[in-house]
Amino acid sequence: MLSVIGRYLIFLGKLFTRRESLKVYWERFIDECIGIGVSSVFIVAIVAVFIGAVVCVQTRANLVSPVIPVYVVSNIVRDMTLLELSSTFMCVVLAGKVGSNIAGELGTMKITEQIDALEVMGINSASYLVLPKLLAAVFTFPLLAIISGFLGIFGGYLAGTLSGIITPEDYVYGIRYSFIPFNVFISIIKAIVFGFLISTISAFQGYNTRGGALEVGQASTSAVTNSCIAVLIADYLLAELLT
Amino acid sequence: MIEIKNISKSFNDRMVLDKVSGVFKKGETSLVIGASGTGKSVLLKCMLDLVRPEAGTTLYDGRDFYVGDEEDKKDIRREMGVLFQGGALFDSKTVHENVQFPLDMLTEMGEGEKKDRVEFCLQRVGLEGTGGRMPSEISGGMKKRVGIARAIVMNPKYLFCDEPNSGLDPLTSIKIDELIKEITDEFGITTVVITHDMNSVLSIGDKIMFLHKGKKLWEGNSQTIMGDTVPELEEFVFCNKALSLMRAGK
Repeated sequence: MLSVIGRYLIFLGKLFTRRESLKVYWERFIDECIGIGVSSVFIVAIVAVFIGAVVCVQTRANLVSPVIPVYVVSNIVRDMTLLELSSTFMCVVLAGKVGSNIAGELGTMKITEQIDALEVMGINSASYLVLPKLLAAVFTFPLLAIISGFLGIFGGYLAGTLSGIITPEDYVYGIRYSFIPFNVFISIIKAIVFGFLISTISAFQGYNTRGGALEVGQASTSAVTNSCIAVLIADYLLAELLT
Repeated sequence: MIEIKNISKSFNDRMVLDKVSGVFKKGETSLVIGASGTGKSVLLKCMLDLVRPEAGTTLYDGRDFYVGDEEDKKDIRREMGVLFQGGALFDSKTVHENVQFPLDMLTEMGEGEKKDRVEFCLQRVGLEGTGGRMPSEISGGMKKRVGIARAIVMNPKYLFCDEPNSGLDPLTSIKIDELIKEITDEFGITTVVITHDMNSVLSIGDKIMFLHKGKKLWEGNSQTIMGDTVPELEEFVFCNKALSLMRAGK
């Protein structure tokens, strides 16, 4: 375990040494932003809307006391969405989508000698391939978290108002009531940290693939599993640190 | 000229290369042959420093490749072209982009100059007009040709080919061999080919090194290989039915 962490840290160090020109990274960064960020908008939107809706319905179902005002439902939807769902839950989903994609891509490049081809040209393959993915994840995950947060609250609004659980006025009042802007900041910080963890852990797994197609599949599975564990541990640590 | 001196490498206490030495001269196509698992590809990876040997050195025109850091090695790496076993083409790039890639990364050439150079290389390997295709849209033989075009695009002094015939039909194999030989002669390159294909051995082997269980057992050329009596080499050469019948005079 310690040797794996050590190799991971050495791998991280390799990303920042012997870099290529900024122009090369810029082009790859834009490509990766599209691959990692833009292509994830749809799944993030779907997950956010439905989770927001479910939280709204479940909260109302469990808060049947007449002494609790109905706007508390949207208040809970807002805080749960901003603090956990828009960052942690979304990143667990992205660990599956983005993490397996990164590990699969790099693993395939490794076993088909494409990474060796880069190395014999004198290119730092780790930096050339992984750094743009890391930067793209760190840049796009917060944007996805903002989209997810907005759509999660909107999903709760749709479910609440269309099913008659809560009136539009109560819902809007609830999400504005005792709003703490710092919670948005927490969501963004979490998304940045999770983006870093998912992209680097998945890249580490893919980059160190040995063997054939079976091992590429195993690397993808390990990438998702390890990324999810790292996200959950980091989530706890950030919760202790920021709240 | 490439000189390897006493290259030794082991994996998990298993000796894969045992003090292998040899010289590969400029303008010659040198072949490293041997059965599967004898350490040919590991030797190639040691020469490219993709695997660092435990002992020994590789000298490129007298320059020790294992001394200094990656920055120091970049000059030598720019003089190398490598054709990998499967072509190792980048899946996300077109044929043209694959061939142009070393120029993009390692030179300051203008776009027009790069385009001309890529088109010349594609034409040289007989693939003019295919630049817009993706690697997934071309055959195995074409992938090898694109790999050769990418390997020569930087005008290398040293060309390495790892099993250039693997997975190809006999006719395409011969064409790839001829192409490697022609390019070596035309540009005066030091070419090292890893193979176990006897057609290649007999047709393009200016110099041949035979590896057996990680050791160099024999060295010669395509004229002398048939008459030699090293038992392991005989077994390797004459396992081919056509050659064994030829030897028996049938």
